[in-house]
Amino acid sequence: MAPARSFLWLRRVFLTLLAGFVLVPVYVMVSSSLKPLADVTGEFRWLPSGLTVRPYIDIWSTVPLARYFVNSLIVAGAATVCSVVIAVFAAYAVSRHDFRGKRVFTVTVLSTQMFPGILFLLPLFLLYVNIGNATGIALFGSRGGLILTYLTFSLPFSIWMLIGYFDSVPRDLDEAALVDGCGPLKALLRIVVPAASPGIVAVAVYSFMTAWGEVLFASVMTNDTTRTLAVGLQAYSTLNDVYWNQIMAASLVVSVPVVAGFLLLQRYLVAGLTAGAVK
Amino acid sequence: MTTTAFKEPVRQAPSGVAARASRRPGRLRRLSLPYLLLLPALLLELLVHLVPMVIGVVMSFKELTQFYIRDWGTAPWSGLGNYQVSVDFDAPVGEALLHSFLVTVGFTLLSVGLCWLIGTAAAVFMQDTFRGRGLLRALFLVPYALPVYTAVITWVFMFQHDNGLVNHVLHDQLHLTDKPSFWLIGDNSFYALLTVSVWKGWPFAFLIVTAGLQNIPRELYEAAALDGAGTWQRIRRITLPSLRPVNQVLVLVLFLWTFNDFNTPYVLFGKSAPEAADLVSVHIYQSSFVTWNFGTGSAMSVLLLLFLLVVTGGYLLLTSRGRRAADV
Repeated sequence: MAPARSFLWLRRVFLTLLAGFVLVPVYVMVSSSLKPLADVTGEFRWLPSGLTVRPYIDIWSTVPLARYFVNSLIVAGAATVCSVVIAVFAAYAVSRHDFRGKRVFTVTVLSTQMFPGILFLLPLFLLYVNIGNATGIALFGSRGGLILTYLTFSLPFSIWMLIGYFDSVPRDLDEAALVDGCGPLKALLRIVVPAASPGIVAVAVYSFMTAWGEVLFASVMTNDTTRTLAVGLQAYSTLNDVYWNQIMAASLVVSVPVVAGFLLLQRYLVAGLTAGAVK
Repeated sequence: MTTTAFKEPVRQAPSGVAARASRRPGRLRRLSLPYLLLLPALLLELLVHLVPMVIGVVMSFKELTQFYIRDWGTAPWSGLGNYQVSVDFDAPVGEALLHSFLVTVGFTLLSVGLCWLIGTAAAVFMQDTFRGRGLLRALFLVPYALPVYTAVITWVFMFQHDNGLVNHVLHDQLHLTDKPSFWLIGDNSFYALLTVSVWKGWPFAFLIVTAGLQNIPRELYEAAALDGAGTWQRIRRITLPSLRPVNQVLVLVLFLWTFNDFNTPYVLFGKSAPEAADLVSVHIYQSSFVTWNFGTGSAMSVLLLLFLLVVTGGYLLLTSRGRRAADV
């Protein structure tokens, strides 16, 4: 049955306005990154007076962007890999085994999601400093400390999503593997993980995005050599001259990998969110 | 509480596993396997979330200023002092906290409401296929995918007084204001924050509602159409009621995320937000790391957590009762 006319009319207006709302900042980011400095310091102009790629060259020397980039890649990459592996084990345990404390475990882990980050920022900072003093393991200010912190941010959500995915893989499959003489870990790696790979991809995308976009802990727990993009990008705007064209160029360079990755893999993430949210 | 549950020896295994395991050697290993698999996740959550939380609670009872930060254990106890200061609404500290709390509640309700409304409308409008739907969908997900600091920095640029797009459009092009406004300081900052928060947050609602829509059986719509229900009636009678369970989770998650959001105001305003947009998380950050009063900051954090626990608990109770009532 064809939709009503009023519906079609309203749909057109609403979606057009919404697309405009979404697009304007994206347009500003892209167009400003290609403007000469005079265009971004004076009155706002919709169109550049002349296109230039200069900002894309200068961003690397105004602040040590390459170093921040590498730091972010290492931190987000390592946090993602660790978080996914740990979440796969935990979700497998919850999905395939009945054991005492199962409910307590899932509730405890999930409830850590609701803690405001500010609540444990300072205690964690003190804890890392104390562990460092006691054992010599440098957690505060190091990439390791940040990796450790970030991987726990995405962990609860990842476990939650993966339980849903693993539950949807028929138990018969890995039980058959167990009967055939596979160990439980082999059954997990050979049967369950491949069957739930879309969910694992989704969890990886989510973990990476969480780590790549975090600001609070990055600004307290890093120093000059370990600074990530989240803090590094602010360096452009605290200078006496604000190079808005360079800030926009750097923002784009930083965003394109995650946005492209997300759009490529969003199908999996959406499916994962569904499994989690609808149940 | 988790650890005690885990230390208890497992006497009874669930029937299936036990029956199989008892026939083979290595039964103990098999029974302890789930705990081994959970161990890394548990240890990490303990180290990074639960232990710091306990430390935070202890800190909230101490007089923790910058002099004691090197060795915070030696800081003198202050009992409920930090809490008294935080909730004494006639004195400056408490008054500022109360103000910040009210701003946060208002901001959160508005932001969550708008995110939900826009996300739901977009999802419902995009339920049927039409030309360009795929492209539009990808476009709509861009704010969600962008790292928060790049998105917010772009908004900072747009909100600039002299060279920003917002003033250019409102003042120079549409002549809606007498003179260019300030958006990142003063009362307008509340609306600036709200705009950015909604821009960044609504695609998540869109994603979840879209997912929820896929679970509504087609037959419901067909039956309604046979009964002569129009488009709007079908949306009101089938689509929206079917979304209720999804919405309950969505609203709670959006509420917690928005209420706790630190990244958006921090990148938008810096270390101290203007009074009109002084969200609690930034307020606590400022009390702790800028004015160096960690004891009070911790007490405020604990109060915040208690508030969130009460709200979440009440919400879950209400929605589950609602669901039970609906079942009867």
